[in-house]
Amino acid sequence: MAKYLLLKHYRGAPEPVNNVPMDRWTPEEITDHIQFMRDFAARLRSTGEYVDGQALAPEGAWVRYDGEGRPPVTDGPFAETKDLIAGWMIIDVESYDRAVELAGELSAAPGAGGKPIHEWLEVRPFMAEPPTVTE
Amino acid sequence: MTREVPAVDEAALRSLVPAVIGILVHRGADFAAAEDAVQEGLLEALRGWGAKPPEDPKAWLVTVAWRKFLDAGRADASRRAREERVAAEPAAGPVADFDDTLQLYFLCAHPSLTPASAVALTLRALGGLTTRQIADAYLVPEATMGQRISRAKRTLAEVRFDAPGDAGTVARVLYLVFNEGYSGEVDLAAEAIRLTRELHARTDEPEVAGLLALMLLHHARRPARTRADGSIVALAEQDRRRWDTALIAEGVAILQQALAQDRLGEFQAQAAIAALHADAPRAEETDWVQIVEWYDELVRLTDSPIARLNRAVAVGEADGARAGLAALAELDPALPRYSAIAAYLHEHCGDTATAARLYAEAAAAAPNLAERDHLTRQAARINAEMRG
Repeated sequence: MAKYLLLKHYRGAPEPVNNVPMDRWTPEEITDHIQFMRDFAARLRSTGEYVDGQALAPEGAWVRYDGEGRPPVTDGPFAETKDLIAGWMIIDVESYDRAVELAGELSAAPGAGGKPIHEWLEVRPFMAEPPTVTE
Repeated sequence: MTREVPAVDEAALRSLVPAVIGILVHRGADFAAAEDAVQEGLLEALRGWGAKPPEDPKAWLVTVAWRKFLDAGRADASRRAREERVAAEPAAGPVADFDDTLQLYFLCAHPSLTPASAVALTLRALGGLTTRQIADAYLVPEATMGQRISRAKRTLAEVRFDAPGDAGTVARVLYLVFNEGYSGEVDLAAEAIRLTRELHARTDEPEVAGLLALMLLHHARRPARTRADGSIVALAEQDRRRWDTALIAEGVAILQQALAQDRLGEFQAQAAIAALHADAPRAEETDWVQIVEWYDELVRLTDSPIARLNRAVAVGEADGARAGLAALAELDPALPRYSAIAAYLHEHCGDTATAARLYAEAAAAAPNLAERDHLTRQAARINAEMRG
């Protein structure tokens, strides 16, 4: 088994096909979208492939060390150009192909007009533990 | 982390699990229900025994698991008929020792299961681990691991408990337990060795013996394989005085008995390679010519590109780095660890610039942190040498 991170972006991903902002959807479309996400996670739990899922607030700041005895420097909010992560789901699956299959299903979440958003999701493999037998 | 009850001899308790599942199945429980009931009995023992385990832990576990089985049946109307049938069975007294453990190995490694399901089910039904322990070992939530096990049992619903099985399939599942997993509370390598020992005691399949030998020979190197900070020590640099000579002796003896059966398989060939490494008091004394011959066997048996890749390393040692590069040139550069091996061989040809570039490339493509760090250090070392 291998773990993959499915990353959803507020900004920075290529444009989706059904590109209507969520605040222009009908309330029913929003409800349907949220239900789709819940059902997707529940289905992965039942197949034994779900590890974790979290959403992130869009606000945030850059922080860095500014030398001994000084408070950290903050900068922000993020510039409009920044790649901005909206949330993630971690899955534990048999193969890369399965990870891609699931990301494709998640990208079909309904948006405006009840049509799939075709949102681009980023699929990233986790680093594993080193195997014991190497020769 | 606090342990629930430290006084219970957990290892002894866990070792009872497969036999107790077998007893419940013989009394008429189906495998899935029996396995659940024994897991519940196990959890109750871990919670409740404390400093005073019962006099006959096996009889206790049979009694409690049987009660759990009946309770579960009572809650399920569709099972009532079977319950009435099995309720007539004798109550638990002193328990007769009949061994269905081998059948359990076959069932939990059944070819209809995915490798991950077979691993999870084997660790629970044969290893006597709790779902939480297995989930921890593979870094997934307990609920996810529980579902993986339930699904595996549903897949097996139509498989007879006494259906003939294949020890080779079981060996591949145990190899996965040994080779893949995280270093958590449960020592998966040690668990894999214990389960393979149990299997080896029940079958004369030489590949099972080969697998046990392979595990023992690699486990023997464990104290020398990583530094205290978890970083990798390459085989050539390991302090061989820290290898466990008792495990090596045992592994070699088991391998010799297996090879004497003259039914060679991939685990025996891999164990033979590990045995030749174990046989060299210093890395320079390694019999690389014989190792190449064993890789030839391994390639013939498996046709695996990984075996061909490792063979190129051995050729590099036996016939020189240029010969190694020639062997490598026939393989697909997209193979995992191809650039790491190419880097090593180029360095030994004296082409340090290429070696540094390839080590950096290999580090960027490494599938785990320990290897990435190791390869980054190799690149950094060569770059520093080149700067003089």
